[in-house]
Formats: sequence, structure tokens, C-alpha cells
Amino acid sequence: MAKITLDNLAHSYLPKPVTEDDFALKELNLDWSDGEAYALLGASGCGKSTLLNIISGLLHPSQGRILFDDKDMTMAPTTQRNIAQVFQFPVVYDTMTVRDNLAFPLRNRGADPAYIKDRVQQIAAMIGMEDTLNRKARGLTADAKQKISLGRGMVREDVNALLFDEPLTVIDPHMKWELRTQLKSLHHEFGHTMIYVTHDQTEALTFADKVVVMYDGRVVQMGTPQELFETPEHTFVGYFIGSPGMNLLPAQVNGDKAVLGGTEISLGKGFGTPKGNVELGVRPEFTSLHAGGSGLPVTIKRVEDVGRHKIVRADFQGTEINVIAAEGAEITPDMNRIVFDPAGVNVYSDSWRIAPMGA
Amino acid sequence: MSLVLEGVSKVVNGKTHIHPTDLELRAGTMNVLLGPTSAGKTSLMRLMAGLDVPNTGKVIWNGKDVTGMRVQDRGVAMVYQQFINYPSMSVYDNIASPMRLLGKSKDQIDQAVLNAAELMKLTPFLGRKPLELSGGQQQRCALARALVKDAGLVLLDEPLANLDYKLREELRAEIPKIFEQAGSIFVYATTEPEEALLLGGNTAAMWEGRITQFDRTPIVYRQPVNATTARVFSDPPMNFVSVRKSADSLSFGDGQTAPATGTFATLGDGDYLAGFRPNHLELSKPNPTALSFSAKLHVTEITGSETFVHLDHHGENWVGLIHGVKNLKIGTMLDVYLDPAHVYIFAEDGTSVAPASYATAA
Repeated sequence: MAKITLDNLAHSYLPKPVTEDDFALKELNLDWSDGEAYALLGASGCGKSTLLNIISGLLHPSQGRILFDDKDMTMAPTTQRNIAQVFQFPVVYDTMTVRDNLAFPLRNRGADPAYIKDRVQQIAAMIGMEDTLNRKARGLTADAKQKISLGRGMVREDVNALLFDEPLTVIDPHMKWELRTQLKSLHHEFGHTMIYVTHDQTEALTFADKVVVMYDGRVVQMGTPQELFETPEHTFVGYFIGSPGMNLLPAQVNGDKAVLGGTEISLGKGFGTPKGNVELGVRPEFTSLHAGGSGLPVTIKRVEDVGRHKIVRADFQGTEINVIAAEGAEITPDMNRIVFDPAGVNVYSDSWRIAPMGA
Repeated sequence: MSLVLEGVSKVVNGKTHIHPTDLELRAGTMNVLLGPTSAGKTSLMRLMAGLDVPNTGKVIWNGKDVTGMRVQDRGVAMVYQQFINYPSMSVYDNIASPMRLLGKSKDQIDQAVLNAAELMKLTPFLGRKPLELSGGQQQRCALARALVKDAGLVLLDEPLANLDYKLREELRAEIPKIFEQAGSIFVYATTEPEEALLLGGNTAAMWEGRITQFDRTPIVYRQPVNATTARVFSDPPMNFVSVRKSADSLSFGDGQTAPATGTFATLGDGDYLAGFRPNHLELSKPNPTALSFSAKLHVTEITGSETFVHLDHHGENWVGLIHGVKNLKIGTMLDVYLDPAHVYIFAEDGTSVAPASYATAA
């Protein structure tokens, strides 16, 4: 396992990039600690696959370096990087047995047959395929084939890193739980450095120790799931993480007060007098609905029952505010005020978070 | 307008894809087919559309037997998981194409296309080719084409499965609004419980070629008639624990006993399967009658605002969804609690004996 360092890294698919817009991956510096599980999260086209391809060696960056344990690997081919990869769609040899598929990376490297036998057995137990080891991969379901791909990715103990590129896309929701939990417990057990690329926030948050959120070719935040949830550094993180995402409302902020469409609310903390386009970001989890009293005047437009809670869509002067209410909460038509929990209010200037005074 | 399936079944190469199925769908309704891959969702849709002919049973459209009638003659629109558009035509022409085939007038076409484009937020892109659009827009284009067809029956087969998470979230919220206005019968296949809940309407839970329950979506979710439906309609999956009732006491597999209160008090003596959803498992005792269990913590997953705990309770795998961020030590024994009001009781064969009392109280 290795620490991975991205040093002044940037990439453009154009031969002579000039402006920042020409770069699919804007300049970044990041350290990926040895043995941690990371998720690379973003919408399609955000640059996450570009970054993954640079780490795996499929792509050489236009500028900067990539280091494995401080050794420059920028121009090293994939084969020399000693990494294992699992892709979106299963890569399985149909004519081989499940056993031979799992053993393949070890045999390729001339491992000892007795070791291969034990290791394959161990991996098969982890992915729950001990009973199918001797059958051919042909005719297995997509789920089973992807399990084999995951198993093969993990069969070697000596890799520098394990890269997963949207590995659960083709898997049924029920199975996703099982496979993700298995990956998580494998990480706990073996401490591989893992990088997991996904557009699915649930997968990213539940899998990773740290999530790297990418937007428009840039890393906008790297943090624990809790940090991304409670203090999104950029409004994109607020929007992209959470379902529904963070509510964003234009506001005038002065010290510990904010004015939203004529209503003043208390922020509980001081923010000075921020310049630029100032907005309050409040996650639906930190809002509550009331009948009368103080708070922002709203009209309820719709209530969606998603089982474990309700999502209330309310209108505040033409802007939608989403509120999450408990499964059993009664939402009555006379509820016309929204109150924010000050602990969950963030202030943004030109999309970037402003830290409160004294924090 | 109605679509009725009477004892419809489908067998392919000796393998039963759809067991004899009865179903009645009414105009202006959204009907979700919810089930895992190969539960029979697509097979059932193909029978509804007339793309396949059933081995037994009848398909009745507005009171008329249409079994065996060609799909072209049925007034059906379909949208698939893959975005299917004509790559060489503009978005406008793509949306207009079904109406041109029906020989509609230029004015009718123009009005319908502009309407559908507006609903699907495609107005600025009408002049573009589909491949110049994002994935979400391409699928909106396919949805718009299904809408202008003004078909009595619109079949949507996992239409959002290939889209990014956030796009899915947005389209999911829009789709019910769009369909409310259209008045057709909508059938929507998905593998995701949350999607079914957001779409609302009715849900048919499917498992291994059978509809295990069909009712209004919140009823199927809160009052599943069998353990299979409960399993299908729960993500993360519903947790189960075996329980024996004798006299006024309950005993669980681990030798633990508890007084039989609430719903349990009304059960006859015997063996049952108790089920509960992950979000109803708690780390602190909610009330004096709460059941308590000790389980080994296998894995935790933190979403930022919530924590998933994966537990091993004497060989039974449980998942709990706990509010807040909990840093718990993996491998330790954890005390967890369950309000009896949140427990579903099934017979050993999976038939519902009593739904959770909280679900019927409302």
C-alpha cells in the first residue's frame, strides 16, 4: 500500500491549453494517505474519470506530477504502478471457472500454487461464492460477475492501491448494500488504499473515510461525510450531497443577523459584512415548519412521503424551500412559517463558504 | 380507459417468466412495478404492450380483448432505460416523429411538440441533435416523444436508471407532475423503493414472476401483505427475527424473552417472523415496552447526517439507520432497541399476521 501525492497536477485534452477553461482537470494538490478509503464524487463530466485515469496511468497529465510513496510515477505505465482496478461493467473470462478468474492476477505474477489456492478460497468466502468456484463464469448473473471482478481486484495483497470506477452501477439495490458492506469490511480488515469513483452520494459517503467532491474540473472539498454534510465549503457540495440538497437563499448578512426577502432572522454567530453574492445555505434537515409565529412566511406546495421521512416542498417568495419532517409528523395546511436551526445555517459569498467569526 | 390482465402468463423455453397474473389499471393513474432485476417487470410490460403474446390469459383494453393484437395497432408508448432517439434528426423532429406517423396536421404537431418540450424543459434545444444533449436531456427527449403520442398506455422501463443521481432526483420529482396532466395509464418499472414512493400512485411489488401485492403505494409500503413484499419494498432491506409466542411471553432465537405486549398480545401461540425497517432500530430505549437486543457491530457507514450500523444478531444480518453521526467501535456488542409499534408480524410462510401498529394508526 502506498501514499499517493498529486503535485500541481492538471490536465487538458487540448494540445495547447491557454485559459483555465481549457483544462478538464484544473490544477490541484492532494495527498491520499496510505490505507485510507477515498471516494471521488461528482456529476458526469466533472473530471473524476480524468483524475482516476491519471492515477492508474491510462493518461499522462499535461502538467504536474503523481507520486506513489514520494516516488515519481507520472510517466510510468499502468503495469508498473502495481494497482488493481474494478470497472463499471464486469470484466470476467466467460470460458474460465470462477476459481480461475479469481486466481488469474496471482498466476500472472507467478505466485506459489498453494498460496493461490488459500487466497482464492479466502476471497471466495468474502464475496460469498465458495459454492460456485468450480463453475464456468458464462451464464452467471451480472451481479455474480461483478462480484468476481471485485474479488479479483482484491486478490493481490501487494498492490499500491485499489481503484473502483462506478463498480456498483449494474448491481440491484438489495445487492448494492451487501457488496458495499463487504468492501467496507475488507477495507477495515486489510487497510488497502482505496479510491472509489461514483456519482452516487450514498455510495460515496457510506464507503469512504474521506470524500473528494469534484465540480467543473476542480476539487471543491475533501472531507469526512460529516464535514460535507454540516459545513459544505462550496454551494455545489451543499446541492450535490443530501437528498434533497441544501436550500440556498439570497440574503443580506450583517453580523449575526440576516435579512431574507424582508424577514430578519438571527444566525447565532457573527459573519461580519460579507461582500459579493451572499446566500444562506440550510439543509432540509435543519428546517422546521410551524403554524404562525416567527420565521420565514411560506406556503406548502407539496408533501412527498418517502417512507422513513417526509419531504415538504414550500414556496418562499418564488423560491422553493425543502423541509424534511419525521415519518409520523403531521403536516397541516395552517403551517406557514419555516424556522432554521442556527446550528445548520452556513453563509456563502460567491458560492464559497464564509467561516463564522471566532470559528 | 382501463387495461385488464386476466390470468396472463408467459413461459419461455420451459422457464416461467410470468406466473398467471390478474391486474387492473385505470386511466390517469401512475402504476409502479417494483422489484429486483429478473422479477418479471419487463416481461409484464411487454405483455401489456403486445410485444409478446401471453401463453395463457387475456389482455383487455377498454373492455375489448386485444390479446395477440400487434403493438402498432394498440396506441402504446414505451420509454426504455437506454436513451433511444433518432440521432440524425433534430430534437423537434424526434418529438414530432410519432405524430407524423399518425398523419397529424402540421399545426397539431407544432402545438404538441412545443407543449411537450416546455414540460420537459427542452424548448431551448429543439434545433439540436440528440447527441449534442446531456444524458438527462436525451432521456427527456425520449419522454417527450412518448407524451406527444397521446397513447392510452405509456410504459416506462427504468427510464432514469442510466442517469446521474442528481438528475434522477430532479426528473423523479417532475415525472408525477407531468403525468398528472396527461390522463393516460402509466406503468413505470423500477428496482428502487424510494423511486416508487416518490412517484406515488399505485405499486405492484414483484418477485420471481409474480405480483406479490398491488395497492396504493403508501399502503404497499406500510402494510405489506407478506414478507416478500416487505423485502422488495425496503431499501436498505427489512430486518427479520424469528420469535416464538407462548402464553404471555415472547422468546427470540438468542434465548432472550420479553413480555408479549401490544400487537403481540393478540397473537395465538406459535412461531412467527418479526420484521422491522432499519430506520426503526434505535440506540436508546424509546419507551419502557421497547424490545432490546444485543448484536455484534460488523460495519458502520456514515452518510453525514445518519449512521448505518450493520449488525450480526445470532447469525441474522440486520441493518440499522440511526439519526446523527455515531462513531462506534467495530466488533463490539451493541444494545439496540425496537418499539413494538414498529414491528411487522408474519407467519412462518411469510403471510402477514399483523402489520406494524404505527402504520395502521394513521
